[in-house]
Parts: sequence; structure tokens; C-alpha cells
Amino acid sequence: MTTLSSTAPPGVLTSEGLATDLCCFPTPAQYVDLVASFRDDGFEMCVDLCGVDYLEHFGRWLPDDVVATRFEVVVNLLSLSKKERVRIRVQAGDDAPEVDSLFGLYPGTEAMEREAFDLFGILFTNHPDLTRILMPEEWEGHPLRKDYGAGRVPVQFKESPGPR
Amino acid sequence: MSEPTVRSAERLDLLTAETSEGAQELQRRTSTKTDELGREVGAVLRLDGLTLDPTSIDMDRRDDETMIINMGPSHPSTHGVLRLMLELDGEFVLRTKPVIGYLHTGMEKTGEELSYIQGATNVTRMDYLSPVINELCYSMAVEKLLDIEIPERAVWIRMLMSELNRISSHLVWMATNGMDLGASSMMIYGLRERELILAFFEKTAGLRLNLNYVRPGGVAADLPDGWQDDALVICDTIYARTFEYDELLTGQPIFRNRMVGVAPLTAEEALALGVTGPLLRSTGVAWDLRRAMPYLAYDQVEFDVIVGTYGDNFDRYAIRLNEIRESIRIVRQCIDMMPGGDYRSQDSKVTPPPRARIGESMEALIHHFKLFTEGFQVPPGEVYLAVESPRGELGCYIASDGTAKPYRLHVRAPSFVNLQAVSLLMRGGSMSDTITVVSTIDPVMGEVDR
Repeated sequence: MTTLSSTAPPGVLTSEGLATDLCCFPTPAQYVDLVASFRDDGFEMCVDLCGVDYLEHFGRWLPDDVVATRFEVVVNLLSLSKKERVRIRVQAGDDAPEVDSLFGLYPGTEAMEREAFDLFGILFTNHPDLTRILMPEEWEGHPLRKDYGAGRVPVQFKESPGPR
Repeated sequence: MSEPTVRSAERLDLLTAETSEGAQELQRRTSTKTDELGREVGAVLRLDGLTLDPTSIDMDRRDDETMIINMGPSHPSTHGVLRLMLELDGEFVLRTKPVIGYLHTGMEKTGEELSYIQGATNVTRMDYLSPVINELCYSMAVEKLLDIEIPERAVWIRMLMSELNRISSHLVWMATNGMDLGASSMMIYGLRERELILAFFEKTAGLRLNLNYVRPGGVAADLPDGWQDDALVICDTIYARTFEYDELLTGQPIFRNRMVGVAPLTAEEALALGVTGPLLRSTGVAWDLRRAMPYLAYDQVEFDVIVGTYGDNFDRYAIRLNEIRESIRIVRQCIDMMPGGDYRSQDSKVTPPPRARIGESMEALIHHFKLFTEGFQVPPGEVYLAVESPRGELGCYIASDGTAKPYRLHVRAPSFVNLQAVSLLMRGGSMSDTITVVSTIDPVMGEVDR
């Protein structure tokens, strides 16, 4: 906790999250700088990056001065030298969620950011190749969004003409 | 697109359009940005956001000198439905791009629809070679949110089962890797030994593959009578046979020629890419979550973390072979040190009442019914929990909104991240090396695509 608060740039709130790990809540503008400072501080690896759509759980707990938005990008960093983890939760926006890409800092986030884009429609500025990764290219919508119409195509368990 | 002629060879344009993944695919160099091109040739290290050495990337190669070919998605050596697009200069690989998603079944979305009890059946199907470890990761994440302790015996049973699972997963890897390199007898031997472990799983959990054995709150059933003897037989047999694999593969010149020095990876590259597991350890980084951030009771057993030196294919092979031996060591200690007691938590919030009570107590019946129809509620919050799977760091991120279903279930699949190393490892290698590279990365497509 002490080491982390000393590395965090001023204005970035660090908190112990709820019951779990250490969390930071930067704004999108502070996000990349914060991650860069963590990387320089010995967090060698970005193990995970995923999106969350808080449309139906908007009243989640957040520190007081963090403005909740619908989409959140959750990044998990790992320090092998210190054997520590830190989680960074960015409020990515409501209608057109967009944050900067971490590709320049951790090239390994390339596929994870593509996945978050594919499934949530979160845009990552400066990503080298922001295309769909799991869904087909012509797919409409972003399936892990809460307002995505899952089950809108009725499944027929009998012989049917099929799409073509 | 409703014409019946679409599939015919006369409509080649439509046939191409049907299988095309558009911009996800490897594009011609003229229509590729510098960043993306760098990614595809495997430029990983960077200085202030720039590729470290741009001159090392052969940017202006004319399109008519090279050929872009598809490997997969249906190719026996891709271990599933991995599609690799390769740009070749004769026999040598210039660029590689994995195109994934052919096995995407929306399991994270499904996980939001299933209650916490049902969730284990979902995650167990992601990495179908190490189902127990998937369940373990998920269950431990749920337990962390619930803040419940599980009994000592359940911890050790979980450890025993995950180590057996690690052995079986590595055995399948040994088998398929042998198969890829033409040592098809290894395929038979690897699967033969794995059968012993699957039989043990069947005896313990009732199922062979997707066990749903580790659940939030403990495990599904106690170990069967005489399990010590069975586990000892497994240990003795497989331990002796690892030396037979040594004879069959390790010293064999053909095998060595295709493995030693092929596709090396450095520690810096591995860390930058987020690569974990045997791939990371092969570069000399002794990072094993069982040792570095012990969970379960891994701090009470003795085992060695196997590391390599060069990060080449052979190191990755040697690490997996020796990890089988280390896992056997852990299993033997589990047999000796298995504590008595309960195999699941007696916290009535997550554990149904005993079967005998249901017949005589109305409350027990109601409790049982509510637990399996509504499930239990998990306090709001979010948690990330990681365990060491045979392929690397398997993480589970759960965001809970206080209901009986996860609000968001995200699985950090080690194969998904490790697969990014493919462009780097294949660069400059020959076409035949692609087979060994994919094999030693050991991707499980069920986990990559989820």
C-alpha cells in the first residue's frame, strides 16, 4: 500500500477495493501514465485486461470522487519481483467508451484489448489492429454488453432451412 | 445469400467471402500499418512505444515475392481450430497472424446466466485438458467473495486432484507433441498413461473429463475407499514411464534436431507479452504461482520449480516432462499428509444439508430446494484470483452485484495470451517449425476462444 501510493501520480485515488486486492481508479486521462509508472516500479507483466458493462449494476461501490460510467476497463498488473498484484479500474465512458491502448507499454495486451473491443465495443486509441477477434467480422453488436439481445434468434432443434 | 449455388466452385468469389474473416486476417503489406506489421513479424521489445529496431523489420518487400497461406483452422497439428496465416518467402516465415474465434461459444456470457453453483460446470469446459484447475480457480474466486474457509481435507483433495490433472494434461501434451513430430508411438503412450488418471477421476468424481468436482465450498465427494493405493499405482507407473519417454524422445536425434534451438524466446520478450507457464519458465524466469504466491497448501509440500535456459522448444519440452515428475512428488506427499475431516464446508449457505436429513426434516428439504433453484447470494464486490494451470496463469475475474449469479465472469486464459508469442517465435523459422512452435506453446482452443 505504501509503495503503491508513493508511485501513483498525484490526484489518482488508490484504495483497498472492497474485500480483495489493491485497486486504483484513475481517470482515462491518467490511465496510461499510471500504468507506465507501475511498469517502471517493477510491475513487469500485464496479466489481464477485460471490460465490464455496468448497465444493470450502476450503483456499484466506487470511491467517492470517482464518477461511475457504464463501461469499465479492468487491468490486472503483476510484479514478479515484488510478488504483488494491482488492479486498475478505469471508467471508460457511457455511449462511446474509449481509453488509450496499453500496447506501447505491454505488447501482450494486444489480444486482450481486441477482445474487449470485440465483446464490449470499447475503443482503444493507438491500438495497432483493433479488429474483432472472437466474433466473425460481420457480426452486429457486442455480445457481452448487457443490452445485447441474447437469445433474440430462436433456436430450432429440428430440421430448418438454415441461413441459406 | 440464399442461392444453392454458393457452395459450388463456380462461385469462387462467394466461396471466399464465406470463409473470410476480413480485417482479422493477415493483410497484404501495402494495406498494413507499421504498428500492425511490427506485431505480425513479432517485434515485441520497444523503447517509449516504438519498435526497438525498426530497421530489422523488412518493410518494403514486394507482394509478388511472398505468399500468404492459411494453416488451419482444420489442421491436425493446430490442436483444435487455430488458424494461422503465414506470409512465406519460399520456405521461411516472414509474418504470422493467428486468427482465432472458431470455437467461441460465449462461455463468459453463459456464465452470467448461471448461478454460482452451476458456474463450475461452465468453466470446467473451457480448458478441457485441465478441468479441475479451471473449477478450482473459479471456486476459489467465489469463496474469496463469500469470505468462507474450506476444511483442511478439501484443500488437500483439491491439491491432489489438480496435480493429477496437471500430469494428465502434460501427458496429452507429450502425446500430441510426439505425434506432431512424427513420433506417433508417443501418442499411444501418452494417452495410455492418461487413462490411469482418468480412471481415478471417474472413481472419485463419477466423470472422466468435465468433472464438476471442485465446487464453491469444497469438493463434490470424498475420495473413494482405497484411493491411496490407486494414487500410488498411478505415481509409480507414470514415474517409471517418464524415463521411457526420456529414452524415446529426449536423446533421439530426429526429435532433438527439430526441438533444440528452435524458436527461442527471451525472458524480456516473454514478460512483455504476458506469457506465463512453461513458456515463461523456459526462458529462465522461475515464476510458478504455486511457489511464488502459494494457494491451497502448496507452501506445505516440497517440489521444485523447473526452469529452462534458452527458451527454445526443447526447454519447453524438458520443463513439461520434469513437471510431471514434480507433480508426482506432490501427489505422493498428498497421499502421506492427507488430513481427515470434512470434504466440504459446513457453511450452510453454500453446502446443501446431508442427504439423510432431507427425508426427515422439512427445513432441510426447503434449504436443499432453495439452494439448487435459486442458489446462494454472493456479496457485491469484485475479485481476481489466479492459479497455476498447466499452461500458465489461469485467472478468474468475477464482479458480483449481490445476486445469485455473477454479474461478470471473465476468465484469463493462459493459452489466449501465450498464443500471442506465435508471431515472434515463428519469425524467420522454416515452415516445418511452425508445427513444433504451435505444439510447444500448447494452446487449448476451448480456452482461447471460450
